[in-house]
Amino acid sequence: MRHISGYRNHKGVAPLLLVIALFGIGTTFNVASASIKEPMNASARSAQIEEGKQIFLKGCSTCHGLNLEGSAIAPALMGVGAASVDFQVGTGRMPVADMSVQIARKDPVYNEEEVAALAAYVASLAPGPAIPTAEQLNYERDGSTAEGGELFRNNCAMCHNFAAQGGALTQGKYAPTLMGVQVHHIYEALITGPQSMPVFNDKTLTPEEKLSVIKWIKAAEAEPNLGGASLGRTGPVAEGLLVWVLGLGALIAVAVWLTSRAR
Amino acid sequence: MTMIEKKVGSAANFVDERLGAAGWVKKSLNKVFPDHWTFMFGEICMYSFVILLLSGTFLTFWYDPSQRDVVYEGVYQPLKGITMSAAYASSLDISFEVRGGLLMRQIHHWSANIFMAAIVAHLLRVFFTGAFRKPREFNWILGILLLTLGLVEGLLGYSLPDDLLSGTGLRITSAIIQAVPLVGTYLTFFLFGGAFPGVGFIPRIFTLHILILPGIFLALITVHVMLVWYQKHTQFPGPGKTEKNVVGHPILPVYMAKAGGFFFIVFGVTAFLAAVASINPIWLYGPYTPGQISAGSQPDWYMGWLDGLVRMAPPWETHAFGHTISWNILIPALIVPGIIFTAMAFYPFIESWITGDKREHHLLDRPRNVPNRTALGVMSITFVLICLINGGNDILATHFDLSINQIMWASRISVFILPPIAFVITKRLCLSLQRADRDLVLHGMETGRLVRMGSGEFVEVHEPISAEKRFILTSHQQAAALELPASDARGVRRPGALKNKLRLRLSKAHAVAIPKVSAQEFKEIEHH
Repeated sequence: MRHISGYRNHKGVAPLLLVIALFGIGTTFNVASASIKEPMNASARSAQIEEGKQIFLKGCSTCHGLNLEGSAIAPALMGVGAASVDFQVGTGRMPVADMSVQIARKDPVYNEEEVAALAAYVASLAPGPAIPTAEQLNYERDGSTAEGGELFRNNCAMCHNFAAQGGALTQGKYAPTLMGVQVHHIYEALITGPQSMPVFNDKTLTPEEKLSVIKWIKAAEAEPNLGGASLGRTGPVAEGLLVWVLGLGALIAVAVWLTSRAR
Repeated sequence: MTMIEKKVGSAANFVDERLGAAGWVKKSLNKVFPDHWTFMFGEICMYSFVILLLSGTFLTFWYDPSQRDVVYEGVYQPLKGITMSAAYASSLDISFEVRGGLLMRQIHHWSANIFMAAIVAHLLRVFFTGAFRKPREFNWILGILLLTLGLVEGLLGYSLPDDLLSGTGLRITSAIIQAVPLVGTYLTFFLFGGAFPGVGFIPRIFTLHILILPGIFLALITVHVMLVWYQKHTQFPGPGKTEKNVVGHPILPVYMAKAGGFFFIVFGVTAFLAAVASINPIWLYGPYTPGQISAGSQPDWYMGWLDGLVRMAPPWETHAFGHTISWNILIPALIVPGIIFTAMAFYPFIESWITGDKREHHLLDRPRNVPNRTALGVMSITFVLICLINGGNDILATHFDLSINQIMWASRISVFILPPIAFVITKRLCLSLQRADRDLVLHGMETGRLVRMGSGEFVEVHEPISAEKRFILTSHQQAAALELPASDARGVRRPGALKNKLRLRLSKAHAVAIPKVSAQEFKEIEHH
């Protein structure tokens, strides 16, 4: 019996090795490319959900209940969807620091990965609005600034102010400023209606219209102050204050100087 | 005589022979104006008015007073393709496409704000120093008219760009006019040419804003200034200043140089503000449509206190015989301001009725020496400030983490409570200051220098004040309260007993004062 190495000079070896190598490369590529297209296979997803569950049990269940059933001080989270979790936790509103009047935006407590895990966990228990994908949020391509401005003035300005600087609501509540809010958070706020905000479903504002609104908000954010110092873009109150303090103040100073006698 | 002198002389002679102007010019050039920084507020008003006329004229060259629908095709991208009124589109063009247009718009608007602020400052100075007393009552009323006119003119100017904010202001204006009982609806139809917003109000407001009201302004300001010229300026008391003279600089050269220079300073401050600070960025507001509104919509500050009054009014309405009477608008927006402005206009006559003082006054009061009037002024300022604060309640709420409802309730309560408290505190402060004046005259100024006497006692050395200062502190007159006997010499009761009683009480309150140092007292203390 010839040792296997005796076949190494066989004329069939080279083609066979080539086939094996090609098969190996193809398989590796397939597996690798599959992991790029689908970030999560079933086991990774269940691992993420498990991670989210652990975070939830530690950080959220005290108020929202062990099974998302809610409590006297916090709503049930069944069916709120991943979008709601991403907005509330991603903007730092949850976990809440001060429940007195309104839950305020602050630096997020959890990082992106943890927020995604929490969102996956909550979404795994009951269906709800999903986090919009990057493709859904391409406002530069699908939105129109001017139309967004009209929509904003029709639907948003009465609370958020004409330049999206925020405004007062009743009893100390407020519509926050929209400056510096991430695009997916704005979109999620529109579809989930957090706190005092109404829900803008796809019939009230189509996805394209939502992107137009976002495009206008981003344009307002980037807009230079064409007339000089903006004075906060809050209207005539700041202007009135400035005119008394700086305007009349300077003129009175000059009048005192003009009428002072040389001593 | 040099060549130039000859030429100027013959030119002056030419004019004088035909117009006889030399006498008037000579008299006028010898006019004397007293110097005090508070006498400059009126000048600020006048110069701001000139700036308003000039910048406003510039704006009319490009402004299109029409509510015709146009599609915006200008350079400002966020509004491109939006349907809007020609008025708004042309205001955007002035801001972005006319050379220097935005600067001119901002100069015009800042100048209007300075104009109104200076009017208020001027009014307060005239009030607190008693400059409105006989013979200047008519000029005081003219001033109140100018203030009222300024409020209306400012509101109309705010409405012209037809942006979201100005339309909101007009909507409120129309609501206020509608609140007039019985005829309100007809009045709004008459003013707006139909139901709000209609298509006629921009051209109408334009004519009012640029032609009719400025014309009335010009006439009233001319009369106002001519009366100051004719009646001469008041002056603060001091040695050598009497009711029969005016001490100050002649109009040429010192006063003219100062006044001329001051015009350029007022213009400079206005232009500086316009260059560095944005005012009414109309492009951010968007065009007006009745279905839209922005959070934090506010009027300019001089209307803000009226807005604040409306904002604090409880929602009271009466429905009777098919009519609605909106007390919540009628009272704060029409009745209360009506009472305030009428009382303000008649105040000189009210005060002279209370004091029975019918003499002419050219020397000003030091505010502390008329505690009642000063307290009344501070009380009014307190009232207006509370209203103004409530007018900005939404901005205050967001910027200071407050609740709109709390601010509203705080203003509702304090608008009744704080003004009387301010009155009492001010009156007592005035009396304390009078006491301090008395001490100063009698005992001189504290030097802070302690001296140990031979007996071991420490005393602070007081230095006598100058004769000039002593004169200022003691030259004012302290009138006694009126005496109105309830019955005449024959024991017959005088008519109007209730009215007389009120007048007596007011007069008594008005005459409260710390007796000033008399010459006799001063001589006695000097002997010590």
